[in-house]
Amino acid sequence: MSAREAILGRIKQSLNVSGDDAGRKHTVKSRLETHPRHTIPERGQLDLEGRIGLLAEILEGQSASIAPVAKIADVPEEILRYLRGHGLAPALRIGENPVLRPLDWERAKLEVAAGAADTHTLTGCSTAFCAIAESGTLMLLSGPQNPATLNYLPDNHIVVLKREDVLASYEEGWDKMRARGADIPRNVNYISGPSRTADIEQTIFLGAHGPRRLHVVMVK
Amino acid sequence: MLAGTGNFTENTRKALEDAALQKALGNVKRGFIAKRAKARAALPEFETLRDEAKEIKIHTLAHMDLYLARYEAQVKRAGGQVHWARDSGQARRIIAGICKAAGAKSVTKGKSMITEEIGLNRYLQAQGYEVVETDLGEYLIQIRGETPSHIIAPAVHLNKEQVETDFRSHHKNLPPERPLSKVSDLVNEARQVLREKFVNADVGITGANFLIAETGQSVIVTNEGNGDLTQTLPRVHIVAASLEKVVPTLEDASTLIRILARSATGQDISTYTTFTSGPKREQDLDGPEEFHVVLLDNGRSGLPGGEFEDMLRCIRCGACLNHCPVYQSVGGHAYGSVYPGPMGSVLTPLLQGVSEARHLPHACTLCGRCEAVCPVRIPLPAMLRRWRMRDFAKKPPLAKAKLGLKLWVFLARHPALYRLITTPVIKILALTGGRKGRICALPFGGAWTDQRDLPAPQGTSFMARWRKGERP
Repeated sequence: MSAREAILGRIKQSLNVSGDDAGRKHTVKSRLETHPRHTIPERGQLDLEGRIGLLAEILEGQSASIAPVAKIADVPEEILRYLRGHGLAPALRIGENPVLRPLDWERAKLEVAAGAADTHTLTGCSTAFCAIAESGTLMLLSGPQNPATLNYLPDNHIVVLKREDVLASYEEGWDKMRARGADIPRNVNYISGPSRTADIEQTIFLGAHGPRRLHVVMVK
Repeated sequence: MLAGTGNFTENTRKALEDAALQKALGNVKRGFIAKRAKARAALPEFETLRDEAKEIKIHTLAHMDLYLARYEAQVKRAGGQVHWARDSGQARRIIAGICKAAGAKSVTKGKSMITEEIGLNRYLQAQGYEVVETDLGEYLIQIRGETPSHIIAPAVHLNKEQVETDFRSHHKNLPPERPLSKVSDLVNEARQVLREKFVNADVGITGANFLIAETGQSVIVTNEGNGDLTQTLPRVHIVAASLEKVVPTLEDASTLIRILARSATGQDISTYTTFTSGPKREQDLDGPEEFHVVLLDNGRSGLPGGEFEDMLRCIRCGACLNHCPVYQSVGGHAYGSVYPGPMGSVLTPLLQGVSEARHLPHACTLCGRCEAVCPVRIPLPAMLRRWRMRDFAKKPPLAKAKLGLKLWVFLARHPALYRLITTPVIKILALTGGRKGRICALPFGGAWTDQRDLPAPQGTSFMARWRKGERP
């Protein structure tokens, strides 16, 4: 008997059920198909302005920064301002991102490389699929447009987010993902601040392995 | 790997006398408890979420076979492989087999208690692989040759001075003049050393906080981002998880995520929560070529429907450790088991047998704080009592203790006689206590008074005062 059969068999024996009972199978099928929601905290259930305010408040509380821009074309300029403000090189790496690639990076005098991050990448830039107000969380989908290494390897991570994509709860994020229709990507990444550790004497320090800085550019 | 539980009494004595350990344990009391309380107060729905989380787990356990089968099917659909392991040995062999087939030399690891449970590091190292823990706390204890003393803060027993000493002796390229006295210096030093390991690893091994049946995703939560680098950079990604990590849907996982970090570190959510399924997709620019999940049983399949079923609800947040007065006093190593504290004292006998771990269920005052804070409301004290009863049935106590108990039972059943005997004893003890009201030495009571004073009784019993008409 394979380990798989032995383990599943023992579980059934412990539960005192036979494998083909239709009732249990139906229960499971219906739970998976309807994926019912449980209690969703009130705190995120706000209008768009309220959700944006909450997202910014929590992210800033986690040592991230957030800046609004009026239109997508303004993104390069805001990124340049941010990098200069922190004394960082005016260079960044993006994936094969259909939103970011067409932007006029040259006019902002930003040097933009394409592809996944490597250990020399100082700043990575991605687009968020949406954001979750209740916990100050950015939700990113991996893929050629957002290689996951851009989120974790560089010292600085910049995420471009559309205002109307600031949702109330995780559940709304999942519904938005299901509505895409496409297969799920390898990674769904929740990011709620720059990397941190408290492993030495419970003292919080930013930039443990991942980015030391997280900056969100919010596009109207 | 699961050795040393038998020395519990000796371990606790050493732990209590270890000044550095006692200093470090102060951080547990000050940090985790206050942070959890703050997070709980900030979320009015917290108690409701705990109830729902418990129900999610109960439902899942009752259908565990079906959800596991569905999870497996979804992993395969995404291009991954699922390996079932009945015990630690089988799990180790499967993982070593994957490493061998991949032609691997070096392995990086995200934090995983399951790999601690199966003793993976030593096994892989014995076969010639370089194995590097990447969670900062895990890395610190790895270079010291220790095991985790806490399930979410493995190096909570260390002070920064100890870390500096370890880095100076282990990091060969570290110039002696470089300052390492601040936490920031230490973290940056580890960051630099581990970067190279991340990039050069052939295999990355992570644990899983949840396995989602609906989508075939495994979920990891970290604050450092080390788990993501571990699973993204190498050619092969292996997830090591135990059976009870499975949950039905993304909605179920969302509810559990809401209570996990709040119970653990007091955060609304950990900095990074990552949902992963399968290897890199065809168009992806990064990610592993191979994706494997090793599902570990180790006796868990026998628990559903039985008297220890509730233990399978555990989401490994560590709240029961943080709030346990015994853990706070002796730390995790004294338990001598992979899983310390209240959850470890219930789980360890299930994994390694009650005779091996018989001391653990006794390392408890039954104060009930663990159950009060458990996010999935596991009745830990009741289960610890159950272990004690089993232990008692197996190995009756000493004749002296037995006689004492019999005597007490007899007296308790004869209240008049009980009062007759206890009244003068209370008076004598009260006099012995003197004005301070404390007794520093007691004949036959040395085991108590050696370590602390016995508060002296006030002179009369509750019953006597009640009869005199005293009312609160």
